[in-house]
Amino acid sequence: MTFIKRLPKFEYHSPKSLLEALDLLAKYDGKARVFAGGTDLLVSMKKREVLPEHLINLKGLAELKGIHHEKEGMKIGASVTLDEIEHSKMIQDKFCALWDAVQVMASPQIRSLGTIGGNLCSAAPSADTAPPLIVLDASVEILSSQGKRKVLVEKFFKGPEESVLKPGEILTQIMIPHPLEKSTGAYFKLMRRAAMDLAQVGVAVCLSFDSEKRICRGAKIALGAVGSTPIRALKAEQILLNKEIDETVGKEAGTIAVQEANPRSSIRASKEYRREMIEVLTKRAVMAAYNRIN
Amino acid sequence: MKQEEIVLKVNGTNYRLSIETRRTLLEVLRENLGLTGTKKSCNEGECGACTVLMGGKPVASCLVLAMDAQGKEILTIEGLSEGKKLHPIQEAFLKHGAIQCGFCTPGMVMSAKAFLDENPDPTKTEIRKAISGNLCRCTGYQHIVDSIMAASKMMQKK
Repeated sequence: MTFIKRLPKFEYHSPKSLLEALDLLAKYDGKARVFAGGTDLLVSMKKREVLPEHLINLKGLAELKGIHHEKEGMKIGASVTLDEIEHSKMIQDKFCALWDAVQVMASPQIRSLGTIGGNLCSAAPSADTAPPLIVLDASVEILSSQGKRKVLVEKFFKGPEESVLKPGEILTQIMIPHPLEKSTGAYFKLMRRAAMDLAQVGVAVCLSFDSEKRICRGAKIALGAVGSTPIRALKAEQILLNKEIDETVGKEAGTIAVQEANPRSSIRASKEYRREMIEVLTKRAVMAAYNRIN
Repeated sequence: MKQEEIVLKVNGTNYRLSIETRRTLLEVLRENLGLTGTKKSCNEGECGACTVLMGGKPVASCLVLAMDAQGKEILTIEGLSEGKKLHPIQEAFLKHGAIQCGFCTPGMVMSAKAFLDENPDPTKTEIRKAISGNLCRCTGYQHIVDSIMAASKMMQKK
């Protein structure tokens, strides 16, 4: 049982612009960490898992806030809190898989502080915003002193707690393309408790239909907590294509999704149980998405 | 360690403080301002005993740097009652047996306040979700949920 100590010492910086933040990151290269909500970082520091000498507060940067409607899609600032996403009618209507996810993350006290950017950058294999963003074809904008680059969320994760962010880079925006008409989604999270737990299995689904909303013309499925990173279940998606959606075909997709996952046993669940639950949750998520649009 | 000068607005009053940057809002409330109603329990944002309101939102004050609490309206349990007059939520907790050891109570009450301010006419399920970040080892939660439901009715009457 680790004793959770007070925070270690650090120098605190609150830059007024992104450029200033990047300068600070470069100046204290290797010794600085950026943070917004701090709900992951501060806990790691209390446990002495990470000891940055400098903390760079990103909360003062207006460029990282806001949910904006643009021509190509929605832009969500990296510092938008999970609570703000929970309260966004637009995200509830248009990107319901993401909205489902924030409902089941942490607790109200953490959602007020924690940010969508932070959830991605902490890069837990169980990160709840990841599978929804993957099935929504989202990408992230990354800024460094060398300029901007864009990475699909699907390609953002390298391993447990490891993203493709390089030193000196800051994740600034999440971009989600406008959803197709007649598309729907859902995110299901299996936990040991009703709240305040990491996912044992997470399944996100995004389906788009023909004009009668019967035949599925597009399907995306992503899984969380059952691999070293969040993953897409490409073969399972194929099961749903050009079919009428019902429980049978949902279960079939689930069976294939199990084969694409690589769960491990942990204190939260055994890998055998996770495999069983991938099938169950995939079917449920497919049906939930379908019932939302019908 | 170098001291930073900050101003925190707590329960309507501005306090000028000299603190290390590593101090959390929870520590400053308890140790600098003597507002020990807010409790330090798990110190990692999991138990909810440190819940205070910042800008009307419930936050885990053990994970908020005092530096980052500047410019915000902070409300603690001490700020809820008006002198000797208890807030309806506090009265309901007393009336419905929601307090045993009392350690989770300030956090529970603050979560309830933030919740009822936003959702004045809740269902039991919504109440349970609102306090999902507050652990209680004594009561089994039922009386707490009943209290919050009763408080919502009392507050709607006013």
